[in-house]
Amino acid sequence: MIKKLTVPSRGAKVAAGAVVVTLSFAAVAGAETFGFGTTPTEQEIAAIDIDVMSDGRGYPEGSGTVAQGKEVYASKCAACHGENMEGVKEAGGAALIGGRGTIGTPKTKKTVESYWPYASTLFDYTKRAMPFNEPGSLSNDEVYAVSAYILHKANIIDANATMNAETMSKVEMPNKDGFIADPRPDIFNYR
Amino acid sequence: MTKAKNPDLTYPDLSSYEIPEDKLAQIEGMRDAEKRALMARKAELEECECREGMFPNPMASRRSFFAGAAAAAAAAGSLPVVARAAAPPGAKEFEVPSDPTKVQGRLTNDDGGYGSRSQFEDEVRWRFPTKTKESSWTMTPLAAGMGMITPSGLHFERHHGGIPTINPASHSLIVHGMCDKPKKYSVADLKRFPSDSRINFIECSGNGLTEFKAPYLKTVQGTHGLTSTSEWTGVPLSTILDEVGVKPGAAWILAEGADAAVMTRSVPIDKAWSDAMIAYGQNGEALRPEQGYPIRLMLPGYEGNTHIKWLRRLEISDKPFQTREETSKYTDVVKDGKARQFSFTMEAKSVITFPSGEMKLPGPGFYEITGLAWSGRGRVKDVEVSTDGGKTWHLASLQGPILPICHTRFRFPWMWDGNPALIASRCIDETGYMQPTIASINEVRGVNGHPKFASIYHLNGIMAWAIGADGSVVNAAHKV
Ligand code: HEC
Repeated sequence: MIKKLTVPSRGAKVAAGAVVVTLSFAAVAGAETFGFGTTPTEQEIAAIDIDVMSDGRGYPEGSGTVAQGKEVYASKCAACHGENMEGVKEAGGAALIGGRGTIGTPKTKKTVESYWPYASTLFDYTKRAMPFNEPGSLSNDEVYAVSAYILHKANIIDANATMNAETMSKVEMPNKDGFIADPRPDIFNYR
Repeated sequence: MTKAKNPDLTYPDLSSYEIPEDKLAQIEGMRDAEKRALMARKAELEECECREGMFPNPMASRRSFFAGAAAAAAAAGSLPVVARAAAPPGAKEFEVPSDPTKVQGRLTNDDGGYGSRSQFEDEVRWRFPTKTKESSWTMTPLAAGMGMITPSGLHFERHHGGIPTINPASHSLIVHGMCDKPKKYSVADLKRFPSDSRINFIECSGNGLTEFKAPYLKTVQGTHGLTSTSEWTGVPLSTILDEVGVKPGAAWILAEGADAAVMTRSVPIDKAWSDAMIAYGQNGEALRPEQGYPIRLMLPGYEGNTHIKWLRRLEISDKPFQTREETSKYTDVVKDGKARQFSFTMEAKSVITFPSGEMKLPGPGFYEITGLAWSGRGRVKDVEVSTDGGKTWHLASLQGPILPICHTRFRFPWMWDGNPALIASRCIDETGYMQPTIASINEVRGVNGHPKFASIYHLNGIMAWAIGADGSVVNAAHKV
C-alpha cells in the first residue's frame, strides 16, 4: 500500500490551498521531531540576545549618568541628531526631543519625547542600531548614559539621574497610553 | 539518507565513431570543461562541513566552479565577450548586426552560465530620495510589469541599514526563549526540512504614503511601486516551532535580522503557527541579497517590514517586544491622537498599471486597461473598472491562477473616444471587503498623522488616472 507521508504540523489553519495534515510524522518515522540543527550554548544565545523589553526584561549590567551621556552624545550622536537633539536633515537623523502634545494635531511631531511609549525602546534601538555610522559599537554603560541624557533633555528624568536596569525599567514615557490595537477593517463596504 | 554521489568521470569512448577532426576537438573540449567543473564540485563536497555533503557551501562552490569554468573557457579559446559599460543594469551591451540572419550569433554559454536581460530593456527600480542611501527604499516599475510575478531584480527594497553581505556558510538562525529545546540552524539544516513554495506578494505598509492628501508622485512606480510578487520557497515556521517545543503562554515571537539595523519585529504566535515561513528561495533560485539572503521571514499578507530579512534569531515570548519599528515607526496616528499599533494586514487594493501616469495614448481607439489587484486577507474575488470617474463600474477579467495573498492581474477592454476620461479600479477580496476611496479612509482615520502627507502607512484607497484629450495620463488620486 502506498501511503502519503506528510509533515508534522499544527498547520490545520494554514492558508487556503495547503494540504491538510493527515498522518503524523512520529507515526511513520518513529521519531518525535526531525532533530536537525544543534543546541546553541548559553553564550551563543547571550551573544545575540540583545533585546530589552518594556517590562524591564533584557537590560544588561552597567549604568550611566546624564553627565556621562552628555559626553557620549556630543562625540557620537550630535553630528547627525543636532547639538540640541533638534535633528539634522542632511544626515537623516531625526529630532529626538520636542513635539510633546502635538501628536494628532496638524503639527504632529514624532520624537522619543512626544511619541515613544517605552524607554526600553530607546535603550534597545540605540544599542542595536546606533550610531548609524558605527552600529552596535557602544558599551552598555555608554548606552545607559546616552539614554539618560536624551531622557533628561526630554524632561523625563532629572539632571542627576543614574540609569541602570532598575531605573530604566521605571521610566514612564509621556505618550505611554498613546497606542491602541488595530481595529481594521475600519471601513465597512462589504459585498 | 543518501550521500551525494561522487561524480562519475568516465566518458563513452568515441574512437569507434567517424567524427571529423575539428568536431572531435570540440567535443573533447566540452568534455574536459565538464570534467573540470565536476572535479571542482567533488573537491568541495569533500571539504564541506555540512551534513553528508547534501548542501555544499555555495560560496566555496561558486569560487571553485568559476575557476574551473574560466580555465575551461580559456582552454577552449573562447573567453567571454567583455561587456561594455553602456548597457542598462542587468544587461550586457553587444554589437547589433544589421541582419541577424547573416552572421552567427553569440556563443552558447558565453555569459558564463547565468543569463542577463536584453540590452534594450532598461526598466529599473528607483530610489526614493531619502537622506541616507542605507536607510532607503526602491520601487518596482509596475507599469512595465507583465503577469503577476515580479522579476527578482526588480522586487522593491526597503532597508534600514543597507544590504549586508552574508556568507551562508557562516550564517545561522537561533531559535530560543519560551521553548523546550532551543535550536541553532545552519542554512543547510533548514534546507533539510520538508519544504514549501508559495507565490505571495509583499507590500510595504508605506506604499502610497505620498498620496493621502493629494496627488503627489507622477507614475505608478512612485505611487504603488512598494509591492512585488515572487514565488518563495522555504520551511514552514510551524515545523520549526514543533521542533523546539513551544511552551504554554507563548504569544509573540521576536524576529531579528543580521543587518546593520539588526531589524526587529514582534510576530503574533498565531501567525507563526499558520502560514509563516522561513524562506531561502525566490523565483526558483536563492533569495537575492537585497531580499534577505540567505534566509528571510515570510508572513504572507502582513506589512513588508515584518518579513525580517537576513534572519538570525527568533525569540519566543509572552509579550511583544515594543521595538522601534513597531512603536516609533509603522504605527498610524488616527483622529483622536492615538496611534494604531500592530496593524499587520495589508488590505485589499488594486491599481491600473496601463494606462498610468506619464504615459501618452497616441489617439482614440482600442486599449486594454490592465493592472494588479491583491489582498492580504486572501484571494481577489472581483476587480471592477470605471472609465467615467466612478459613476459606473464594470467587472474586469482576472488572469488565473488566482492565488491567495498574491498579485492578480486584471484586464478590461476599452474603446477610448478621445474625450477626457477618469479611469480607476477597485478590488473586492474573498472576505467581501471592497477597496474604499482614499476620502473614506481619511474620514475614518483623520489627516493629522503626518504634517506633510496626512498619514504614512496602510493606504489602500482607490487610485485614479486622468486621461486628457491629448492622450496624456496624470495622477488623479482623490478624484474617484
Ligand atoms: C551618522 C549619522 C548618525 C549618528 C552619528 C547617529 N545617528 Fe541616530 N539615526 C541616524 C539615522 C539615519 C536614523 C534613521 C535610521 C532609519 O531610517 O531607520 C537614526 C535614528 C535614530 C533614532 C530613532 C529616531 C526615531 O524617531 O525613530 C534614535 C533614537 C537615534 N538615532 C539615536 C542616536 C544616538 C543615541 C546616537 C549616538 C549614540 C545616534 N543616534 C547617532 C543617524 C545617526
